[in-house]
Amino acid sequence: MVKRNVHATRMELSRLKKRLEIAERGHKLLKDKQDELMRRFIALIKKNKQLRQKMEKELKDTFQDFLIAASVMPPEMLEGAISFPKEKMSLEIFRKNVMGVVVPAMKVKRKLADDPGSIYPYGFVQTAAELDDAIAKLYRIIPVLLELTEVEKACQLMADEIEKTRRRVNALEYRTIPGLEETIKIIRMKLDENERGTITRLIKVKDIINK
Amino acid sequence: MHKIAVVGDKDSVLAFKVLGIDVYTVSGEKEARITVDRLAEEAGIIFITERTARLIPKTIERYDKKFIPAVILIPDNQGTLNIGMERINKNMEKAVGVNILE
Repeated sequence: MVKRNVHATRMELSRLKKRLEIAERGHKLLKDKQDELMRRFIALIKKNKQLRQKMEKELKDTFQDFLIAASVMPPEMLEGAISFPKEKMSLEIFRKNVMGVVVPAMKVKRKLADDPGSIYPYGFVQTAAELDDAIAKLYRIIPVLLELTEVEKACQLMADEIEKTRRRVNALEYRTIPGLEETIKIIRMKLDENERGTITRLIKVKDIINK
Repeated sequence: MHKIAVVGDKDSVLAFKVLGIDVYTVSGEKEARITVDRLAEEAGIIFITERTARLIPKTIERYDKKFIPAVILIPDNQGTLNIGMERINKNMEKAVGVNILE
């Protein structure tokens, strides 16, 4: 950003000084933003990791239960039992603002929320009890999955924002601000040099007149 | 109102159907990619098994920067491949520069 062939005028100097001031203020603000984002991100990513571990473990258990259920029932019976669900889950998404990053907040809506049996859309005569357990377990995992989704998405979006902010902070800190300072210095030196030139000229002129 | 979708091989994801979550069984890379891209327009969350996600890393990455959908990797009935964890670690390296939770 160092401009060497600038017009060495007072107007240019005051313009650059103003720019420098704004750049420094922006740098300070962005740096604060970056620090705060980082603080929140670290807390969030720790939670993300814990939630993922929990989810993976519980889901693994559930799959095992389903495997057991599948082994005590004929496969076509199992498929028939779970292929036509009564329940319908949908999602409401809200926008949440975290330090200028818009992250989703989610809420699950069950169509038959007042019917606790709606997740068992089959008759109990032909199906194994193991299947009921597996489904109940899977249903209990849904909130964990949902929380994980929120946290993980927020982490992804925040990581992106942190990277962007860091680039901006660095660009200001290592390119824009030193460049402006350097240019201001060059203009100052040129102006000073002009002034000294004028003084010398005046002294010389005075000398010639006096002779 | 958004959908919740699960994408993966039949044996792993069929269980989700009973809860009223939309289940899409896929096999092969092309089918997986088309399914995810189509779902991205209407689904709020796409749960995808790691074994399927492994085939289409570029497609999944593309949705990381978007507000919705959230593409979340889940293990399948053969266990986890640790891709989900790796994604968290990568995310951290991107933001912090180093992995600080190791």
